[in-house]
Amino acid sequence: MKAIVCMKQVPDTESRITINPEKTGVEQGDFSYIIGPYDEYAIEAALQLKEAAGEGEVVLLSVGDPSIKSTLQKGMAMGADRSVLIEVDSYNGDALTTARLLAAQLKTMEYDIIFFGKQAPDDNNAQVGPMVGQLLGLPTVTAIAALEVQEGKAVVEREVEGGREVYEVTLPALLTTEKGLNEPRYPSLKGIMQAKRKPVDLVSGEVAAATTEQLTWSYPPSRAEGKIVGEGTAAVPELVRLLKEEAKVL
Amino acid sequence: MSSILIYLESHDGKLKSNAAEVATAGRKLATAQQKELVAVVIGEVATDELGNWGISRAIRLSGGNLADYSGDVWAAELAQLVSDQQADTVLMMASSQGRDLSPRLGALTGVTVIADVISLENQDGTTVGLRPVFANKAQVLVRPTGELAIFTLRPKAFTPEVVEAVATTVESRSAAALDALAIVRELAVAAGAKIDLTEADVIVSGGRGMGGSEKYDILEQLAEKLGGVVGASRAAVDAGWRPHSDQVGQTGKTVAPTLYIACGISGAIQHLAGMSSSRFIVAINKDPEAPIFKVADYGIVGNLFEVVPALNSAI
Repeated sequence: MKAIVCMKQVPDTESRITINPEKTGVEQGDFSYIIGPYDEYAIEAALQLKEAAGEGEVVLLSVGDPSIKSTLQKGMAMGADRSVLIEVDSYNGDALTTARLLAAQLKTMEYDIIFFGKQAPDDNNAQVGPMVGQLLGLPTVTAIAALEVQEGKAVVEREVEGGREVYEVTLPALLTTEKGLNEPRYPSLKGIMQAKRKPVDLVSGEVAAATTEQLTWSYPPSRAEGKIVGEGTAAVPELVRLLKEEAKVL
Repeated sequence: MSSILIYLESHDGKLKSNAAEVATAGRKLATAQQKELVAVVIGEVATDELGNWGISRAIRLSGGNLADYSGDVWAAELAQLVSDQQADTVLMMASSQGRDLSPRLGALTGVTVIADVISLENQDGTTVGLRPVFANKAQVLVRPTGELAIFTLRPKAFTPEVVEAVATTVESRSAAALDALAIVRELAVAAGAKIDLTEADVIVSGGRGMGGSEKYDILEQLAEKLGGVVGASRAAVDAGWRPHSDQVGQTGKTVAPTLYIACGISGAIQHLAGMSSSRFIVAINKDPEAPIFKVADYGIVGNLFEVVPALNSAI
């Protein structure tokens, strides 16, 4: 079972976000970086498939500058065998540009299954995975919450409003992972030590022109300071009155 | 003349409630930019509501391999329509389906989707979209640089407007029978088939303070009385008290109901990211210092197991 996990390094989700004075982006300075939370489900799914098959390889693939190596190492500490980093100096993170870079590299690699996290928490795009699936002509299912692989096929479930869609796809396929699929493992001390010796291959990529342009960054309007109506059940009648007369929602 | 194509989602032959949001946004843009508005539905969908939203022209695609949802087949059909109709703008909902379908359409037409926007603005004939990023901690205005722009709209961010009814011409088209790479084999409907959190007008949400799955009964009762649904914080989902589909927040759903009642939820930044666009927020928590009170319009400091039943009886 050969699985490739496309992952993205993102700022820790607890990070404070400061927009730069030019309003063209955020200050990168004080971020600590993590593997995208949904990408962790992807890595775990790939590791479980390899373990179940008793053979194979889990390869991490990412795009960016060499500083991403340390985040790739965290994924290799979970158990991935090696990493490939498509090195680009600067690009605006446009989803289709990223998808084209990844698709071009994936064409040179062997796989039974490609995983992505369903979306990155920073740009909230949720596009690169399905775009790569489309560019490579692969059966693609996004945001999967259940996965079963057997004899060259995958049966997957996807949460939608009010239910779950069930798909059966032929491998090779591309799947993006939703929370609830599995419980990502913590790296062991041994895993952390081994990860330092696992290879990160640097490859170059052709950056196509972006099809969208970011104009101005801003903070969302803040909510007006709330008020405490009171304490305990004694405050309930006043709350009901406010919901009826002030908010007019009852 | 170029056109604005709006794709309206349906289920069981009926338009989804969020179709009105896409239709309203599309009509406003078409008016501002003097473009033709073309609504697209897939399958045998009732279209009698379209006139109320000012839509005079619709295309109903059916046949081929369109009976069940397939992201790759549906995207190919839409891509064909984008070209036939000389569309320069496509709008659809940032729902589960829209977020699956739109990137595939983007890859086929060569553009990045401007995803999950909360507003659209006409700037000299070009449409720009405002999209929240970093879990709603910032937002960025994005402009398409090419001849086609695809936008997905965040549920509940656009207010539907009924206008003076117009007659709608519906053109039925048969789709080519494309082979699907991935197609829905079965749609398992959730027990109770309740309204999805992203579509609900009232959400009663419970967090760590609930203390266990069995205690959600009181929230279910309050939600039922208010015509709403129950949500949960990450702590409650991670503890196994509620399914992940109920989770509100950064690794769950982003919701914007009219009324959000947070019970026993402290208000971690990741939770606030998912619900701070709610119109009115009520917080019930025993800790007066809980950050949820900073965003709540109305707070009650107290034991939720006493306050929630009292609230239930009082309304």
